[in-house]
Amino acid sequence: MSAERHPVGLRIRGGTKVYPGTRALKAVDFDLRMGAVNVLVGENGAGKSTMMKVIAGVEQLTEGQVLMDGAEVRFNGTDEARRHGIGIVFQELNLFPNMTVAENIFINREITRGRVDIDMSAQREETRKLMRRLEHDIDPDAMVGDLRVGQQQIVEIAKSLAQDARVLILDEPTSALSAAEVEILFRVIADLKRQGVGIVYISHRLEELIRIGDYITVLRDGAITGARSMQGVDVDWIVRAMIGEASKDFAKEVEHDYGAEIFRAEDVTLPRIGGGMAVDHVSMALRAGEILGVYGLMGAGRSEFLECVIGRHPHAGGSFFVDGRPLKARSVAGRIRRGIALIPEDRKNDGLVQMLSIRENMTLSSLGAFTTGFHMNLSKERGTVRDFVRRLTVKIASMENPVSSLSGGNQQKVVIGKALMTRPRVLLMDEPSRGIDIGAKAEVFRTMRKLAADGLGIIFVTSDIEELMALSDRIVVMSNGRVTGEFDRRQATETAVIAASAKGHAPANMPPANMPKEEIA
Amino acid sequence: MSHATTDAAPQPAGNANLLLVLLKARTFIALIVVFAFFAFAAPNFLSSANMVIMSKHVALNAFLAIGMTFVIISGGIDLSVGSIVGLCGMVAGWLMLHGIDPGFGWTMHFNTIEICLIVMAVGAFIGAINGFLITKLNVAPFIATLGTLYVCRGAAMLFSDGRTFPNLTGNPEYGSHTFRLIGAGSFLGLPISIWMLIAVAVVAAYISRRTPLGRYIYAVGGNERGAALSGVKVNQIKMFVYMFSGLCAALVGLIISSQLVAAHPATGQTFELNAIAAAVLGGTSMSGGRGRIGGTIVGAFVIGVLSDGLVMMGVSSFWQTVIKGLVIIAAVVVDQAQQKLQARVALQAEAALGK
Repeated sequence: MSAERHPVGLRIRGGTKVYPGTRALKAVDFDLRMGAVNVLVGENGAGKSTMMKVIAGVEQLTEGQVLMDGAEVRFNGTDEARRHGIGIVFQELNLFPNMTVAENIFINREITRGRVDIDMSAQREETRKLMRRLEHDIDPDAMVGDLRVGQQQIVEIAKSLAQDARVLILDEPTSALSAAEVEILFRVIADLKRQGVGIVYISHRLEELIRIGDYITVLRDGAITGARSMQGVDVDWIVRAMIGEASKDFAKEVEHDYGAEIFRAEDVTLPRIGGGMAVDHVSMALRAGEILGVYGLMGAGRSEFLECVIGRHPHAGGSFFVDGRPLKARSVAGRIRRGIALIPEDRKNDGLVQMLSIRENMTLSSLGAFTTGFHMNLSKERGTVRDFVRRLTVKIASMENPVSSLSGGNQQKVVIGKALMTRPRVLLMDEPSRGIDIGAKAEVFRTMRKLAADGLGIIFVTSDIEELMALSDRIVVMSNGRVTGEFDRRQATETAVIAASAKGHAPANMPPANMPKEEIA
Repeated sequence: MSHATTDAAPQPAGNANLLLVLLKARTFIALIVVFAFFAFAAPNFLSSANMVIMSKHVALNAFLAIGMTFVIISGGIDLSVGSIVGLCGMVAGWLMLHGIDPGFGWTMHFNTIEICLIVMAVGAFIGAINGFLITKLNVAPFIATLGTLYVCRGAAMLFSDGRTFPNLTGNPEYGSHTFRLIGAGSFLGLPISIWMLIAVAVVAAYISRRTPLGRYIYAVGGNERGAALSGVKVNQIKMFVYMFSGLCAALVGLIISSQLVAAHPATGQTFELNAIAAAVLGGTSMSGGRGRIGGTIVGAFVIGVLSDGLVMMGVSSFWQTVIKGLVIIAAVVVDQAQQKLQARVALQAEAALGK
């Protein structure tokens, strides 16, 4: 794997990117080698996606330069990057659900007759060829919105392939794919490598990285902490480079006993749009003071389960109990009153009202506490907000500023503050550490620990296995809408958890729904 | 404003803040400028008689604009208010002239208060229909209220086969002779309709700033999903804003029919557009979540003063329309600039803290 065989096609030198409130990249130097898989790894918020967005022209560097073939380039948009042969498959799918597969693949590059009339049959034919190459049988005329998430990912990959990219960036391409689909993708990657395409591969699945990677770059907190060829790299080395010598310590500071059962969900079901079940007869129980970690791949039904609990889906089935008494309220407001609070995964669209101020966001769920009759006591409101801002160490200049001006970590703390103001008994946290920096993350985890010690029951959903192992008192694994494993903290191993999370994603001979849990544990 | 930009260049932060204050107060500044201009250019503009007439004109639009502001803040639009004005005027006229015949061989007649309450109930009811279409049947607000616009206008025509109800002087026997006072009476030197406007504006401003209901209206307009997940009863909030808007329109219907001592079914045509213009001029964002009652009232005054002043100057009505349109466009352009600047200032403050 010599440097001659894999010439550097693109370099970043001294790349710095500043976002309001955070420094996402700190003077990074990155070499992208052609004809090889350049693996990029780091925790959530380490700066991987930012670096790739810079390369793909979505974002521009605040300082530093991007060099291609020795000359400085500056991409002011994705199409400029595309003209230089850079294709990217985003982590969040950027597809148009209201258009067909073929239309999506050729969006903005339509095959036309005389620049006006779109040649649908040519596009369809090309799409079919791409799908054959990806060994998938997706109809070019199918609406993207009707496809499974995994199939949508394939369409997204096909879209980049269609552009004959010289550099192809894959940001967590396998997060929604089944094992068989991953194998196909790896074959396609090997094929592209032979054609001299430089591939950047971002993933959290470390074994996968070691298997497919030729070069590895590790990012931590916006800086590169390790870059080398993949030879001799093992999981230990990656983990050390990722989290540093001082491994992150979310371990319990104080042991406390759990109280009585505080929450129980029985037989929760939620039909999926387009058939099947998003949440398939899920039951779980939670004790006061307990942190229950729910692990699973994307689309496993974890978030949907939490949404059923908070009452977002009126057509969901099943029953809930708080403190042993049945939870009859159907509305979100009624459930909040009974002591359930949700911290949603999608902060921007579900958690906050971006144009309102920090104060107005924080008190949105608990205005009743400041209201007598219909009159709101604004000074009492400000006092309470000030108190929560201090307790949660939210860094703000003024509580009257719009919440959109805050960094991700501080926004998350505002959402947590909003949930805590309702004085919940059960706190549901959906990916509480997504998109926030490492310092804020540690603070969020400390807060969770403290809340649990105070007797709150916490159910938190995560895709970060380390976080899961470190924080949870008990672990529930979901896959394809079902509970496929339940572990005590002391018995759980990463392998067993991951194995349980892959259940139902096996290509053939799907395991029966009622597979005994002992088999996993 | 360009003066401020060049003047304070060495101190970027202070400059931005000063500019921001100026931009925030822009509608008010515009009002002062327009007012000062006509005070010089139009004869008799400052006479108290003219002030009273002008404020009466402004009041009609301001009522609608207040209701419209709530609707727009919640992320919707209400095109039906003009028609509700017409229909409510006809209802008032019918009640004055004919009363209600329940079919028992005698007719119920009403006094002024009863007529007002019935008409207000009719306005709120039509608003409730809008709300029902939008929340329960998922019709887009634009389409739902466009539908009620036609239905109400047609219903107003049906009341009298398109004719005017004349001579709404009322009958002392029924206690409805005081109806004229709504439009013509005055109290402490101010017309009754202005007192009504003050009352409605104070209540609306109070709702928007100091009650959970007001906060929820902003939250629903800013992010409906997020508001719903925070426990806000989105449908109830939407129901309220459309009913309130209908109620405001009913008040205008009453005032106009009282002022004219007649009810004509075509009354109120294109009033909805003036109301939207006043709200937008006052800084209400058409995408929801942002706006002030105070701003809307100032906006209504700018439009009112502008059109009355131009009339007094003898400017042709065609030019008046053009000028009104240009003012509205300019207002929105400046509004965008303010939003950008405001976001930048807030970002700078938070970023400075992060270091």
